[in-house]
Amino acid sequence: MKAAAFPRARAEQERLLVIDPAWSSFADHRIGDLPRFLGRGDALVLNDAATLPASLRAGPELELRLMSELDDGTWLALCLGSGDQRVPTEERGTPPRLAVGAELSFGHGLSAHVRALDPDSARLLVLEFQQRGAELWQALYRAAVPIQYSYLREPLALWDVQNAYAARPWAIELPSAGKPLRFEIIFRIAARGVTVTHVTHAAGLSSTGDARLDARLPLAERYELSPENAARLRATRDAGGRIIAVGTSVTRALEAASTSGALRAGNARTELLLGPGSSLRTCDGLLTGLHEPGTSHFALLEAFAPRALLERAFRHAEREGYLQHEFGDSCLIATGSLSGRSISPAAEWREAG
Amino acid sequence: MEISGTATLITGASRGLGEALALELGRQGARLVLVSRKRAALEPVVRRIREAGGEAHALEADLGSKDDIYPLAGAAAALLGPIDLLIHNASELGPTPLRLLLDTGCEDLERALAVNLLGPFRLSRVIAGSMALRERGTIVHVSSDASVNAYPHWGAYSVSKAALDHLSRLWAAELGERGVRSFSVDPGEMDTEMHRAALPDADRAPLARPEFVAARLAALLRSPSIANGARIELQSLGAHS
Repeated sequence: MKAAAFPRARAEQERLLVIDPAWSSFADHRIGDLPRFLGRGDALVLNDAATLPASLRAGPELELRLMSELDDGTWLALCLGSGDQRVPTEERGTPPRLAVGAELSFGHGLSAHVRALDPDSARLLVLEFQQRGAELWQALYRAAVPIQYSYLREPLALWDVQNAYAARPWAIELPSAGKPLRFEIIFRIAARGVTVTHVTHAAGLSSTGDARLDARLPLAERYELSPENAARLRATRDAGGRIIAVGTSVTRALEAASTSGALRAGNARTELLLGPGSSLRTCDGLLTGLHEPGTSHFALLEAFAPRALLERAFRHAEREGYLQHEFGDSCLIATGSLSGRSISPAAEWREAG
Repeated sequence: MEISGTATLITGASRGLGEALALELGRQGARLVLVSRKRAALEPVVRRIREAGGEAHALEADLGSKDDIYPLAGAAAALLGPIDLLIHNASELGPTPLRLLLDTGCEDLERALAVNLLGPFRLSRVIAGSMALRERGTIVHVSSDASVNAYPHWGAYSVSKAALDHLSRLWAAELGERGVRSFSVDPGEMDTEMHRAALPDADRAPLARPEFVAARLAALLRSPSIANGARIELQSLGAHS
């Protein structure tokens, strides 16, 4: 599937592939049609994490990508060698080997010490910034740029990687399922009697360029679900409404918050991995980007729909020119989306075989 | 609204009304991010609030610069969490001595609009989305009587403040149903550096002290009865008391 090479100006024209596992069917729509597939009593859950600029340069031979803020305020970071964002991550040079205690300077008044090295990979280390509080955040925002990958045509600005409703900068990469959701769409959804609510989830790095390290992704990620929002979602569930997660990060947070059964509020880290055969306790549906079979994102989709249906739908999407990756088109996987509508679903079936 | 514990961002907080508001809201327990073009100018204000047991952080940003807006909003939310009270107080008077429109450079009008109108629009646009999602938040636009009166020589500033008043009403119209309040406040004439720059020969005796005006504005924020989108003249509420 082709990648979207840059953020698109007319988000409402982006495409929406609607997959209904109950009917084993799918249909082509536009993202502006999304409200039609949600009804009174349903809940739509957004990830309100803003995206931190998380790529730092310490000279031409060394880029550090922040991966996760640890509980003691230090950061886990990935080292990449020569080359820039236009070079595929797996083709970047070998970064210089750093020792514990090494000092790194990123310009703009930002500096850090290497606090620890990963026992398995010299490319993973723990950084401690020397600045604190406002001084740290001000310097970090000046020194860092958004993480981006080689399929993107131009350098990304900070505003390219923010969702319209974002607040705390917890995400290392854009929680991209929410990117096409302009407020025009969100308000139309709310006006249909849908509860629109949120979690905050620290969506992490999606690729390291090293297959051995990629196998460790996603790392443990922090999330927060407020008591008020947990109660709203339990009420949705109790009344028989569907809970639709916007993005794999929301799915991970909501399922982590319900591992003990009922959905519970909390501020925690989760290592939960979801995939084929995972039994979902909270999420009934998912709005997401299009992901190719074989990726960890695709594996998560298999918790929502059978692989054969997903593969059929995505082959269709590829033929129809849908675009993938963070600025690509969208896909709604939710039981009941294509049923109960005025036109016969059969008319929209695309049996790609 | 409850002030205590509220995550609050104030622009133009190093002096004048912004400084007085920071001190007043800090005293009432607001958690504060203070913004100015020069961080050093904010430090004495931050220090006073912290010494009194409050929470305040200083961030440097030029509201007239597009590139400064997302870093400011991101750093503020990292420090305080989602912002619930956003006070657009920073203002650009334009060139002084104030001049007739025919003598006003287009660039001077552009600069006044950039700081007094586009800056607040951009910053609200980043922050109010989260307010609309969370169904709570208040945006305050510090205006001027020059926004409703056509005083000769006040052209650039006056035009920008008139537009700011209307921006405030539009936020209220579009976001009121989502629990977001927006209003503009005319603080009246105050004894500030900006006033001295605009009217150096004015008699200062009748001018209100910024701390009185700040206390009045804080009381207004706590009041639930203000109509969403209202333009409020603090002077008519007795700000000079």
